Amino acid sequence: MGKQKIRIKVNGADMEADVESRLLLVHCIRDVFGLTGTHIGCDTTHCGACTVHLDGKPIKSCTLFAVQADGCEIKTVEGLEQDGKLDPVQEGFWQEHGLQCGFCTPGMMMTSVALLKEKPNPSEDEIRLAISGNLCRCTGYMNIVKSIQYAAQKLRQGA
Amino acid sequence: MPKTSPEIGGMGHSVKRKEDARFIRGRGNYVDDVRLPGMIWLDIVRSPYAHAKINNIDTAKALAIPGVLAVITGQDLAKYNLHWMPTLMSDTQMVLPVEKVMYQAQEVAAVLATGRYIAADGVQAIQVDYEPLPVVVDPFKALEPGAPVLRTDKKDKKDNHIWHWEVGDKTATDKIFKEAEVTVKQDIYLPRIHVSSIETCGCVADFDKVSGKLTVWMTTQAPHAIRTVFALVAGHVGLSEEKIRIISPDIGGGFGGKVPVYPGYVIAVAASVLTGKPVKWIEDRMENLQADSFARDYHISAELAGKKDGTLTGLRVKTIADHGYADAAANPSKFPAGLFHICTGSYDFKAAHVEVDGVYTNKPPGGIAYRCSFRVTEAVHAIERMADIMAHELNMDPAEFRLKNFINPEQFPYKSVLGWEYDSGNYGGALRKAMEKIGYAALREEQVERRKRGELMGIGISSFTEIVGAGPSKHFDILGIKMFDSAEIRIHPTGKVIARFGTKSQGQGHETTYAQILAEELGIPVNHITVEEGDTDTAPYGLGTYASRSTPTAGAAAAMASRKIRDKAKKIAAYLLEANETDLEWEPGKFFVRGNPSKAKTIQEIAFAAYTNHPQGMEAGLEAVSYYDPPNLTYPFGSYICVVDIDKGTGEVKIRRFVAVDDCGNIINPMIVEGQIHGGLTMGLAPAMYEEINYDEVGNIQGGSFMDYLVPTAVETPKWETDKTCTPSPHHPLGAKGVGESATVGAPAAIANAVVDALWHLGVRHIDIPITPAKVWKCLREHGVTD
Repeated sequence: MGKQKIRIKVNGADMEADVESRLLLVHCIRDVFGLTGTHIGCDTTHCGACTVHLDGKPIKSCTLFAVQADGCEIKTVEGLEQDGKLDPVQEGFWQEHGLQCGFCTPGMMMTSVALLKEKPNPSEDEIRLAISGNLCRCTGYMNIVKSIQYAAQKLRQGA
Repeated sequence: MPKTSPEIGGMGHSVKRKEDARFIRGRGNYVDDVRLPGMIWLDIVRSPYAHAKINNIDTAKALAIPGVLAVITGQDLAKYNLHWMPTLMSDTQMVLPVEKVMYQAQEVAAVLATGRYIAADGVQAIQVDYEPLPVVVDPFKALEPGAPVLRTDKKDKKDNHIWHWEVGDKTATDKIFKEAEVTVKQDIYLPRIHVSSIETCGCVADFDKVSGKLTVWMTTQAPHAIRTVFALVAGHVGLSEEKIRIISPDIGGGFGGKVPVYPGYVIAVAASVLTGKPVKWIEDRMENLQADSFARDYHISAELAGKKDGTLTGLRVKTIADHGYADAAANPSKFPAGLFHICTGSYDFKAAHVEVDGVYTNKPPGGIAYRCSFRVTEAVHAIERMADIMAHELNMDPAEFRLKNFINPEQFPYKSVLGWEYDSGNYGGALRKAMEKIGYAALREEQVERRKRGELMGIGISSFTEIVGAGPSKHFDILGIKMFDSAEIRIHPTGKVIARFGTKSQGQGHETTYAQILAEELGIPVNHITVEEGDTDTAPYGLGTYASRSTPTAGAAAAMASRKIRDKAKKIAAYLLEANETDLEWEPGKFFVRGNPSKAKTIQEIAFAAYTNHPQGMEAGLEAVSYYDPPNLTYPFGSYICVVDIDKGTGEVKIRRFVAVDDCGNIINPMIVEGQIHGGLTMGLAPAMYEEINYDEVGNIQGGSFMDYLVPTAVETPKWETDKTCTPSPHHPLGAKGVGESATVGAPAAIANAVVDALWHLGVRHIDIPITPAKVWKCLREHGVTD
């Protein structure tokens, strides 16, 4: 099968790869770029474990081909921590026990980061709606909501 | 109040989880993250038919695809007698078929290829010639004379009946029913559901042809048992237990679904042995939902007997258990229906009798747990639904009815009529606390008012008793291996610790809670303790994590091993202090001379001395192992109250409030316990309202993807309100009971009871879960509600 060269900026670093046009972005991130923090939990765009940012917007990377991301910027969970400092969302998930098995966590955090960028002070219902494309089987979402509220407060204080 | 300081972080502290440091950075190591040099991929051809003869498997087109290395069929495995394998229940199931397939999505052949996508191409290219056979989906029809016999592989098998199991005094129970003032009866179905952990199952099998060593990274909740099973099943082809290493890395949720051995694991191992290359097999979600072990599928017929004043006297239960084409449950050997006979619940009965019959059908094999200790949810759902039905029939308040029939605190240890010895409980205490928290009396008044206005509001209670922590080796084993568990603790010279366990966390937070047990017992700060599990080459043997058994078994082992270490530390302290052992006292972290607290040695000083200055005649070092065989199971309990409002127009049930009061004995980490309860409640909500896997008449699965298998999102999930009471287990060294599953077990009945409570006055007696809007809407119309 023919391959195509793609150039993607991943967590600030320029990456190049020759990929089949059918390669899903999530497999490109995991298998080609070796960033395994982004996970796969379903085949139908329901679970959100594969959520990453594409040009700043949260997308499910299992439902995009890698070639569609050519020329774009991607941010994954590995790109959240900056200069040894956790993102407030990461800190919130840790402080508020927002994760258990950790499998949905990277996708859940990427969605949360995007939410807070758009809405710095979301209500609980807005948080719940925003993460409704990300399934978690362990936490019952209560502490995920608290984690996001923690991060929101922290971001507002920092601003 | 915790006994230790926050810096030490023993029991009772909400220590932030140690494992989270890697998870929040995307640095977890799950099975699909394992990649080895030269690794190849395996993908599986699955049957579109629920029952069909295989006439031919044409692999030519697949093998012609560049990158496809081999195709493995049942015929290939049959050469090594590996085409069938034993289940944990001493039944057999196919690894790959040679004659026929028995359920839709069954494994038919496997493709090995140089890449993930090429393996999938190979799967598409394989042509299988099937000859459809009559399908048996309904377990009642499966038992009818003349039903097609499914297990033709079993010589002399003339029907689809697997086993009959019963417990209790039938004569006494029948007599009670005959003489009863009141009896009620209800058929209750708990449908097939699936645990659907967000990570599916998979493995990387790596056989080294030179050393003969097989290493398998796999999604397993019980790595040690798996190693032994592999050795027993494949010993004849040269796999020897000392050369099998099972590594259970980070696991993305288990809930019972990662206890069994699935054919994919076995094929991957066989493929690695045959090719000498590392082989990766990762299920997709549809394979996971359609082929892995299901939970439940219990058709229960329950009866209660009692007096007109509301006193319960007898319980009679008959159940048909649909196991699919093989009994691949994961129960302790002696209990084919698991611990279903905890179904007398929280109530004091004079007599009870329970019968269960296992049946074969053309469905995937099972049934395993759904975050539950061996069929306890089925038991709780039955008794809690029946308690409500009886209360309503007698026109008694369901809370008053329960309080009247509870086993009283002074009756513990309580011997149930079905043979269990409940360790401790205060059921009235938990229910009264839940009633107070939710404002029960006011809600009942509100319900009366709303009913006058034609509004549908219901209040449901579930006062469940669990049975977890399997278990005493006298009664509990899996394939003959006793269900103890283990801890091995080594204190390094500088007072730092590595501790290894026979269990395996899948999100429960063992790296933190086990460290807290050691901190509690040894006074060593939790940050100085590393916990490891899941590598059979390094960890002591244990039966794994499921059935809420980690704290009751391995947690107890951690305490016992710590105490052995403390005993030796005391001897060293006495030597260092030139004191008599009997004059020494312990407080977390140090021994001191009674009456002279300044004359003391810290555990760190003692640890250093254990390697540098230990008494003559004593072995150096400071370490201990404990294999803990619990004297009894533990019996966590709780009372849940749910308030629902029902939309008459759409049938939608809205959970307005849900109060959960849990009692799991002494608590190691309150934050983690609360998190477990939130998650458990949500996995109780899921089957109560949304999740179901069923089949059409020819065995096509309905609910085989996340398109139509509805795992609750944050929007559907209510804001849980939690609280607790504390009744320690008298026999557990820490007084703890286990908590991971209580809420999953207790919640569905509270929701179902609330819905029926809202509709009882219309003549509704029961609704099977999942309680979908369509089901409620139909029920409302049948009972004359039109708007």
